[in-house]
Amino acid sequence: MFRRTLLMGAAALAASPAFAQAIPGARTRIVFWHAMNAPLGGEVDKLVAAFNASQSDYEVVPVFKGTYPETLTAAIAAWRAGQAPNLVQMFEVGTGSMLAAGPAVKQVWQLAKETGVDIDPEQYIGAVRGYYSLPDGRLASAPFNSSTAMFWIDADAFEKAGLDPAKPPATWDEVATAAQALKKSGVAMPMTSSWFAWIQFEQFAAIHDIAYATEENGFKGLNAELLINKPPFVGQLNRLLEMSKEGLFKYSGRDNAPDPIFSSGQAAMSFNSSGSRSEIAKNAKFKWREAMLPYDPALTKSPINSVIGGASLWAMTAPTRTAAEYKGTAEFMKFLSGPKEAASWSQATGYVPVTTAGYDLLKQDGFYAKNPGADLPVEQLRRGTVTPDSKGFRLGRMAELRNIQYEEVEKAFQGQQTAQQALDSAVTRGNKVLREFEKANKA
Amino acid sequence: MDRRTIFPGKLLPLLLVAPQLALTAVFFLWPAGQAIWFSTQRQDAFGIRTEYVGLDNFTELFADPLYLQSMGRTLFFCAAVAILSMAAALFLAVFADREIRGRAIYRTLLIWPYAVAPAIAAVLWILLLHPQIGILGRMLNRAGIHWDYKLDDTQAMAMVVLASAWKQVSYNFIFFLAGLQSIPRAIVEAARIDGARAWHRFRTITLPLLAPTIFFLIVVNVVYAAFETFSTILALTAGGPGKATETLIVKVYRDGVINLDLGSSSAQSVILMVAVIILTGVQFRFMGRKSAD
Repeated sequence: MFRRTLLMGAAALAASPAFAQAIPGARTRIVFWHAMNAPLGGEVDKLVAAFNASQSDYEVVPVFKGTYPETLTAAIAAWRAGQAPNLVQMFEVGTGSMLAAGPAVKQVWQLAKETGVDIDPEQYIGAVRGYYSLPDGRLASAPFNSSTAMFWIDADAFEKAGLDPAKPPATWDEVATAAQALKKSGVAMPMTSSWFAWIQFEQFAAIHDIAYATEENGFKGLNAELLINKPPFVGQLNRLLEMSKEGLFKYSGRDNAPDPIFSSGQAAMSFNSSGSRSEIAKNAKFKWREAMLPYDPALTKSPINSVIGGASLWAMTAPTRTAAEYKGTAEFMKFLSGPKEAASWSQATGYVPVTTAGYDLLKQDGFYAKNPGADLPVEQLRRGTVTPDSKGFRLGRMAELRNIQYEEVEKAFQGQQTAQQALDSAVTRGNKVLREFEKANKA
Repeated sequence: MDRRTIFPGKLLPLLLVAPQLALTAVFFLWPAGQAIWFSTQRQDAFGIRTEYVGLDNFTELFADPLYLQSMGRTLFFCAAVAILSMAAALFLAVFADREIRGRAIYRTLLIWPYAVAPAIAAVLWILLLHPQIGILGRMLNRAGIHWDYKLDDTQAMAMVVLASAWKQVSYNFIFFLAGLQSIPRAIVEAARIDGARAWHRFRTITLPLLAPTIFFLIVVNVVYAAFETFSTILALTAGGPGKATETLIVKVYRDGVINLDLGSSSAQSVILMVAVIILTGVQFRFMGRKSAD
């Protein structure tokens, strides 16, 4: 009982920025809310400890706040109460909401200007920087943990089916051929996909340089409208519907629900975040390979960069916040972007290094030579030149848009509607959400 | 003779009920008031831009065919959960009420599931019924039954009903058992001597005498199904496939906590609040009349 009271007291103190001012002469406290549970949370603690040891002016206090959506909700509630943390980790789909938050956040360029701490946007990998930048290139939030989507194959199943695992399917036609061969060799489920909405629509649009929404995927304004009922997307969904009918593809649920299906050896091919590498390495009892996302040669001859997933760090405001606190926040952001920190974080967690220097350092250290395939996500993110269609998405209530797509796609996979109907409906419903968001954020 | 002890003074009684009143005000009246206020607003997630929109949030809801469908679905879900969990509980209670060896153990075991947290229960159900990794799910598929609740509306609904009902069986069981134990043995014995068979005894004696319990449980179960099942549904199907298992409370949670559309979510909460008030009113009236008889 006493221990619990103590713990709660400690948590309350840690969460209260006001406490920082209570002790004169002490190090300035920087409260950092994050959504990294174990074992990733432990890595966050290590980075924070390294920062705290590296200087004597600031003390970053990491606080785990639950899942990404929970952290977002908590941050909003705290800001409304004037108790926002100095720094909060926000998932990439929350970017639109945070940007619309105006006075609640201090964007990185603003923070850098006010505090004089130099945070160079150019150090970040283009596809990472693009997602968290304003249309004119100013950085809004600090990239932290980034992943991207990859294609995973079961090398043992490939060999059994007479396919060469060293040459994973690069195009969608090759994917279909491989799926057929796998099925013939007795694989019950040739292919599935985690994060269906993110990978089969968002990533698909990016690597083929196809617009996902108007206004440069929403970067240019709140009046963006979805374009995912256009032929390339309908074609993509149709392809998967056809494969599903032939027993070559299996829709296995939303977001990360299908994860265990590949690592347990049931599906021979799967799509998943690059961040799932450690989970697969731990659980798969077969030889596997990581490959870049397949593309459709009819849409592009040379696919470009994929988009990122993961989260970034946002500096938040509060009525009692001091200049020293903002400075400390900026220093911490700068610290995290250092090559050594970016590299060790990437190595320990499986996220991609967010800076070019971090990537080079990992390469030099021979990390990728020891872990073949681990460099592919970065290579895929750096492929080609970032275009307005491939730099990311700036749409409000993105999580809801994805959810609508899941609902419509699930009806299509049950045979209740066609690909065109599903995507038309996803666009109509999605645009309604976007208009609501526009109204709420313009009023 | 009517004997009542009447204490003088007003301060003491007020003082004694004050903590309870304070709790009600802080944890019910204040949030409920906030919900009503928010339901007339359109605001962004951070509450920076707020605009009074009157009843717009409500008219939008009732003009949305998806919301109306969700209402119908919720009614069906509540009825299915209430009937299934009460029938199962009554069946078990009748048998546990008999003179059997190890009666206490059976009773304890039957009450056990009530202590399992909904999210954990949902994970257990997934481990049982997942088409690829679940024990039962794989057995069904191997037996030639195409089981895939992720892509089958009916199966998904059946699964959330089953999981939600299972969770409530224990609660119902306790009440039914207590109800059965309060039925005078003498009446049952008399009927038995008169030659009434088990089913006849159950229908003409047990069931009518259990009526107040049954009615109370109907209300409790409907409220449970409508409000407390959302973590189960969220963990099992997240409302899918399509919207096949999205009940009103799941929609409130999704619109409010995930989509951060506080206006619409509050409007939905207010609608649900009205539903509960009506339901409670019905219960009070019915129970009131019962005791007045």
